[in-house]
Amino acid sequence: MRFKGKVWKFKDDVNTDEIIPARYLNTIDPKELGSHCMEDIDKDFSKKISKGDIIIAGKNFGCGSSREHAQISIKSAGISCVIAESFARIFLRNAINMGLPILEIKDVSGIKEGDYLEVDLNSGSVMNLTEHKEYKAKLLPKFIQEIIKSGGLLKWIKRRKVKNAD
Amino acid sequence: MYKVYKISGLRGKCVSIGYLMAYTITEKILLAHTDKKSIAPGEFIYAKIDLALGNDITAPIAIQEFEATGAKKVFDRRKIALVPDHFTPAKDKKSAEQAKILANFAKKHRIINYFEVGRMGVEHALLPEIGLVGPGDLIIGADSHTCTYGALGAFSTGIGSTDLAAGFITGCVWLKVPETIKFTYSGKLKPWVGGKDLILHTIGDIGVDGALYMAMEFQGEAIRALSMDDRFSMCNMAIEAGGKSGIIEPDDITRKYINSDGRNVKGVFYKSDEGAGYHKVIEYDVSKIEPQVSAPHLPSNSGPVSKFKKINIDQSVIGSCTNGRISDLRMAAGILKGKKVNSKVRLIIIPATQKIYSQAIKEGLADIFLNAGGVFSTPSCGPCLGGHLGILASGEKAIATTNRNFRGRMGHPDSEVYLSNPAVAAASAIKGRIAHPEEVI
Repeated sequence: MRFKGKVWKFKDDVNTDEIIPARYLNTIDPKELGSHCMEDIDKDFSKKISKGDIIIAGKNFGCGSSREHAQISIKSAGISCVIAESFARIFLRNAINMGLPILEIKDVSGIKEGDYLEVDLNSGSVMNLTEHKEYKAKLLPKFIQEIIKSGGLLKWIKRRKVKNAD
Repeated sequence: MYKVYKISGLRGKCVSIGYLMAYTITEKILLAHTDKKSIAPGEFIYAKIDLALGNDITAPIAIQEFEATGAKKVFDRRKIALVPDHFTPAKDKKSAEQAKILANFAKKHRIINYFEVGRMGVEHALLPEIGLVGPGDLIIGADSHTCTYGALGAFSTGIGSTDLAAGFITGCVWLKVPETIKFTYSGKLKPWVGGKDLILHTIGDIGVDGALYMAMEFQGEAIRALSMDDRFSMCNMAIEAGGKSGIIEPDDITRKYINSDGRNVKGVFYKSDEGAGYHKVIEYDVSKIEPQVSAPHLPSNSGPVSKFKKINIDQSVIGSCTNGRISDLRMAAGILKGKKVNSKVRLIIIPATQKIYSQAIKEGLADIFLNAGGVFSTPSCGPCLGGHLGILASGEKAIATTNRNFRGRMGHPDSEVYLSNPAVAAASAIKGRIAHPEEVI
């Protein structure tokens, strides 16, 4: 899978209350959740971004609650991929389980807001088209790659079940 | 990483294995929930679960996903708990619809452990209270504070709604076996210092990602002296340091708890082996720790209460899955007895479960709160996550016994939350500013 998009840059420790504030958790409607994405950091975020844009963040992205509304909100807002120096653990597993593409790169300091990136999920290559610089993402463990390739956890379970029956 | 012990003098099968691993309590519990013969940190396992928990925020997505797969049956209707506690009693029409999804699913699948308003409580206070979780269990919950049950010597961790849906279907969860950080607390606690202060101090020391992906094992003489309620408060906040779980080896205090109040829980009491492998060992002398306060907007901004005495507050909240238990309410009542809440402050007290609510009335605590000029509410997560029952306006400051002080967590993005223990929150309500309990006693 390849993505091309503009960078929206965030700091360290972006928490799930910032990604989607709890006051909107009384719904699971993706459209509504998408329209409030990152609202408490940047009120107009969901209006400013274009489909396919990419979030770049520092360490511990998605810390806080277990709400999958966060992934739904990011996906539904039109973000193609989140790249961070590290992810909080529940956010990481939710992204894997739900099929929101995520990548970890060691140092994001060279990537600026507004840069254009080309991301190849298979090889882990992150090309900064603005700066002509390539970054290599940490390869995900094989077990996790299997879940992603299956199209998420529930499809992986289905496949596994079929396999077990064989 | 592991110290491997050679077994000598054993006959038969043991000799043919030749080696025996030294394990942490976390590794032992995980191993017992797989078909594997051995286990090591970093390894991916597919483990059996003893309980899968969801609430009115996370379970609706799980139920939607469960149904989308075409699944007809849950893996075990006795091993699922559904607790509508976040936005209940329903705060608006949309919340009512969310809660209805849980009620309908519970009815359809004859799920025993569904807790309707009036019989419910904040999930992480309720489940241990009614004996649904015990030592040695493996529990997953679609709520980040599921790590609370580690206080009983269980492995319990927060997961997402998709994990929960998968758990409903298969009774299993995928996990990466975590490395463990051992935290040793020595010395005797100062007055007004408890589990909440120890964990705020620890998070302040290691940071909000200081234990990322890891199990936090709390040990030492100061932990052994803690009550169960204090242990729950501590393990509850492991997630605030990025931890996968918090855990305390079960002991006589645990045994007494699981066998009291009609609980009768049968658990397996695991202990870490001598020589088990740890990522790191961190030691604290608790006799030096003052009551702690965490300043906005991260739980890691903690320091002694004396540093924050100039902060005026508009609201004080005592409750939540961290500090809404009976001993927390007793502590607050001890401070508030015969006193009045400052005229500029709203004091909101929310017992965590129906049983605690009733007990607080019986013990006369409710009267103390009401006479002081406070609010005493039905159980709910309420304002902790900015749901209802005490939302902050712009520019307002609150002290709260809750677990998170992220920007906008309790309401307006320009409001502020300071975290503390119940005694500090009660003393601050009287003073109108952040205060040490000694200032009002």
